[in-house]
Amino acid sequence: MERPIRVLVAKPGLDGHDRGAKVIARALRDAGMEVIYTGLRQTPEQIVATSIQEDVDVVAMSILSGAHNHLFPSVVKLLNKEGIEDILVIGGGVIPEDDIPSLKEAGIAEIFTPGTPTTETIRYIKENVKR
Amino acid sequence: MELDKRILNGDKRACARLITMVENNEKEGIDIVKKIYKHSGNAHVIGITGPPGGGKSTLTDKLAKELRKRGKKVGIIAVDPTSPFSGGSILGDRIRMQDLATDPGVFIRSMGTRGNLGGLSKSTQSAIKILDVYGADYIFVETVGVGQSEVDIVKTVDTVVMIMVPGLGDDIQAIKAGVMEIGDVFAVNKSDLDGADKTALELEMMLDMGFKDDKKPKVLKVSSSKNEGVSTLLDEVISHMDYMVDTDKLQKRREENAKVEILNLVEEEIMQMVLGKTKTGQLLDEISKKTALRKTNPYDGKDIIVKSIKE
Repeated sequence: MERPIRVLVAKPGLDGHDRGAKVIARALRDAGMEVIYTGLRQTPEQIVATSIQEDVDVVAMSILSGAHNHLFPSVVKLLNKEGIEDILVIGGGVIPEDDIPSLKEAGIAEIFTPGTPTTETIRYIKENVKR
Repeated sequence: MELDKRILNGDKRACARLITMVENNEKEGIDIVKKIYKHSGNAHVIGITGPPGGGKSTLTDKLAKELRKRGKKVGIIAVDPTSPFSGGSILGDRIRMQDLATDPGVFIRSMGTRGNLGGLSKSTQSAIKILDVYGADYIFVETVGVGQSEVDIVKTVDTVVMIMVPGLGDDIQAIKAGVMEIGDVFAVNKSDLDGADKTALELEMMLDMGFKDDKKPKVLKVSSSKNEGVSTLLDEVISHMDYMVDTDKLQKRREENAKVEILNLVEEEIMQMVLGKTKTGQLLDEISKKTALRKTNPYDGKDIIVKSIKE
């Protein structure tokens, strides 16, 4: 049997809009992935601790509060501090085009903005998981 | 350092990785479990089971926090269902355990059932042993939300906490066979709601008619959201363990559990032998088709398959 890809879907920051995260979680489930859904208001520390315990392949974060420039890179930094390089980190939400290059530079592999078909996210994950 | 040594040293990443390997049925991972198995058996393994939405995760969170106050290390295995169609799943028990995520003395692992029907996944047994060797003093195993017959948990753990909530059915539901028989401790959760006293009374009456051991399980009212009765419940769970140790029932129960685990592995291997043989696999397809068309029946089909395996 092919092993299922394990994905942590998390919402860092303080906004309470989890509809997008839930839609993604459901779409990944239907694509045969095991989704660990941790809900709202996660700190980067919680996200990293959860990624370690759940041994996930992917961390998918959704943010609509505007704090992405701070929170996304903090998660990558904390992962690296733990010596973790084999987790694919992706982000989504209302993120201005102008912010995307610096986020990618900070180690977020891809950013999915509103309107992205879920099939596109699924394809990206399947093609880019690191192990 | 090798994975087994890292786990013995309490390394979280090593522990997490080994659970993944076992879940994926990787031979290398299973070999490590074989190696470390002798170091397991020290943790008190507690099953948390009950209907969907009954408060299993929230109560597990509260029990774990109580144990942390008492200075104990805690492992949690939370099982949620895998889709029979896509093979995917949404594992959402951690939502109720947010503050535990960063506690260094707690390790939480979510697992999908991956086709298993008894309320657990088939690698749950090994995951328990891994957390045990990793150093957890107490391990909670939270089942999927159960209906009436998911009773695997009783053959997996030392103590089963059966969670009930008010308003799910009458006293006839309580005396039916199945999940109602497996509790070592009964917790009526959401006891701040109407009907909790009635539910507790019905459980008491059910237990008055008989129970599986010579110690009548206690029925305790708790409210996990209000954190009421949790400490008393934990004391009762620990006292069940003391009772089993004092009466030598623990060894017997662990023997029974081991037997089930071995038989499950044997069954799995035999099924793989059956379905792995291309000839048998093809035969099965043919017979299934004929059976659906009523040209043969499942019993004759079974004979043909068994004959084919013996060849």
